[in-house]
Amino acid sequence: MIRNALASAVRPALQARTATTLSAGFPKVASRGPTKYGGIYTVTLIPGDGIGNEITDSVKEIFEYVNAPIEWEQYNVSGMSSSGEELFKQAMESLRRNKVGLKGILFTPISQSGHISWNVAMRQQLDIYASVVLCKSLPGFPTRHDNVDFAIIRENTEGEYSGLEHQSFPGVVESLKVSTRAKAERICRFAFDFALKNNRKKVTCVHKANIMKLGDGLFLNTFRQVAEEYKHSGIQYNDMIVDNTSMQLVARPTQFDVMVMPNLYGAIVSNIGAALVGGPGIVPGCNVGREYALFEPGCRHVAQDIMGTNKANPAAMILSATMMLRHLGLDNLANNIASATFDVINAGKVRTADMGGAATTSEFTAEVIKNIQ
Amino acid sequence: MLASRSVAGFARGASKNAQVLRHYASAAPTAAFAGQKGANGKYTVTLIPGDGIGPEISESVKNIYSAANVPIEWEEVSVTPILKGGKTVIPDTAINSVKKNTVALKGPLATPIGKGHVSLNLTLRRTFNLFANVRPCVSIKGFKTPYDDVNTVLIRENTEGEYSGIEHEVVDGVVQSIKLITWDASERVARYAFHYAQSQGRDRVTAVHKANIMKMSDGMFLSACRQVAKEFPAIKYDEDLLDRVCLQITQNPKPYADRVMVMPNLYGDILSDMCAGLIGGLGLTPSGNIGRDASIFEAVHGSAPDIAGKGLANPTALLLSSLMMLRHMNLNEYANKIEKAALTTIAEGKTITGDLGGKSSTKEYTAAIIDKLRA
Repeated sequence: MIRNALASAVRPALQARTATTLSAGFPKVASRGPTKYGGIYTVTLIPGDGIGNEITDSVKEIFEYVNAPIEWEQYNVSGMSSSGEELFKQAMESLRRNKVGLKGILFTPISQSGHISWNVAMRQQLDIYASVVLCKSLPGFPTRHDNVDFAIIRENTEGEYSGLEHQSFPGVVESLKVSTRAKAERICRFAFDFALKNNRKKVTCVHKANIMKLGDGLFLNTFRQVAEEYKHSGIQYNDMIVDNTSMQLVARPTQFDVMVMPNLYGAIVSNIGAALVGGPGIVPGCNVGREYALFEPGCRHVAQDIMGTNKANPAAMILSATMMLRHLGLDNLANNIASATFDVINAGKVRTADMGGAATTSEFTAEVIKNIQ
Repeated sequence: MLASRSVAGFARGASKNAQVLRHYASAAPTAAFAGQKGANGKYTVTLIPGDGIGPEISESVKNIYSAANVPIEWEEVSVTPILKGGKTVIPDTAINSVKKNTVALKGPLATPIGKGHVSLNLTLRRTFNLFANVRPCVSIKGFKTPYDDVNTVLIRENTEGEYSGIEHEVVDGVVQSIKLITWDASERVARYAFHYAQSQGRDRVTAVHKANIMKMSDGMFLSACRQVAKEFPAIKYDEDLLDRVCLQITQNPKPYADRVMVMPNLYGDILSDMCAGLIGGLGLTPSGNIGRDASIFEAVHGSAPDIAGKGLANPTALLLSSLMMLRHMNLNEYANKIEKAALTTIAEGKTITGDLGGKSSTKEYTAAIIDKLRA
């Protein structure tokens, strides 16, 4: 991940393999690992809508150059119309087979007649319950804030995204937020395990339990119980109300280390976090569960406006792909690509428009390839 | 040409009439100030000094107002809960005062934790139907934050949504919390947002939502906004995803200076505090609660019991809130005058309070503003 990749950029000889594989702490209940024949992994690739095609092309190009042992099973699913449902199902089958996927963001219509969010459907159906987003300031790209370095762990499968809504009377709509102890517990455990393995010092629970006393109260109480179990490890913990959190984030972001939260707050916090370090174009992320892992940019934007213009920043997708390589145990390859990407960003000569440069997606990709040793 | 225009004009008039009939109760602007001057030529306003530093900062506001000759007479009341019929409630005198004056200025209240009574803010909100929370955030010159160009206005629906308080535990470990969105409340807050945009010279209203996920609830909020937008053809209307707004304001708040954002309760709660963070925290942010029966303007920061009574508190948030109140009462001239005096005092940086990096006391800061007023 960024933290490790950055470290490796400074110290090329990476010491013992740290637990960058996010599923490492979880007992493998699956009968078998990711699909692998003749040393080649098969990975499901869903470029997604908007800039998806461009930024996944960039990943494919880089993987080809380094001869990564990855074979893509590509599904060009699009959320722009509901007619893609058949293809979406095929992509899900492929993910179930391969257990590992790389994906862009699928568009979700706002209208009530449109289909539900397939991004959310994927997370719910595969039960990839933990979203991990890493926000870290890049030394070569100063923003308004320095030394930002935190991880956002977000519950991915319930809460406000339950999709349960009804109109009980014309003009009166109820939308259900479902919170369960079991899901709160596993995401909190995940956060503490993540903190332990990545040598983080503090876990902050973000909530609104002062208002949603039962729902978020359950999350907060579960968090405290889990924290109690991790007391021996010396990891500190605290909790913060979500409105205060967002205020603190833009004013003093360095106080945060690992943050764990229910679904909707994750959407807000990850966007603020991405903005602090330089935008959605450089923030990688992944969604992991007990069986499946799906890697996608940490800040989930379709970016329809710059689609097809060759202007998108592929860094977030490239870095997400390196997280995937680590997940598959291909650490060296991952570190090579990640350090090359960071080198290009830090050198500052080839930058895409979102970072104030004029380079195209393909120029950035070519520069990364040039920097791979 | 002429004919077609008159037809269009007629059509517009017709549709407007229909609107008025349909929404008689909430016809715009629901919450316009309708107070009358008293015999002494002054408006009476309820003042709730609050707890902790509340009395000191209220004193400061009062002094500034009398120096500026604002035609306002204060009616001071306490909202410290009393026991009535076994329940803790706000004293009737306070309720009646606000009801009569329809405008109140309120300092910070200490929230007793775990004593089993409903939050005072919630009680006030319910009693006076405070349906919209208005939170403008403007960068204060002289107080440096990473952002220099903030000028946002956010209007938050204040009565329902995620804060409906309807929750239940279905079985052990499974909780349902209900986010309640109604057409009427959405329409009411949207109407106020457009009205506010019009009166404050902002030419765009942006509805912030998450309707891609919550298609019905946020969807209805949006359709209420769209409907109201039709009645304000001079004001542009657009919609933006919560995710994008969070991202873009944090990256660069400048483009949001031309508009008013309107949104359901929870999003508004989070975003308004985030915007406050951009300009340096709650000590510099005003807030107004607009209601059907009354409007309450308040400082949203805490009561700071640690510095209470020491004369160190910063009255800026309460002062700026009171200026929102003046504008609500159409006393814009006084508001502009006081605002200028306060902001130049901060910008000069000679007599500012400790939280802004200065050494002055509340009294010295107040005196400096008064000097500016008289200059």
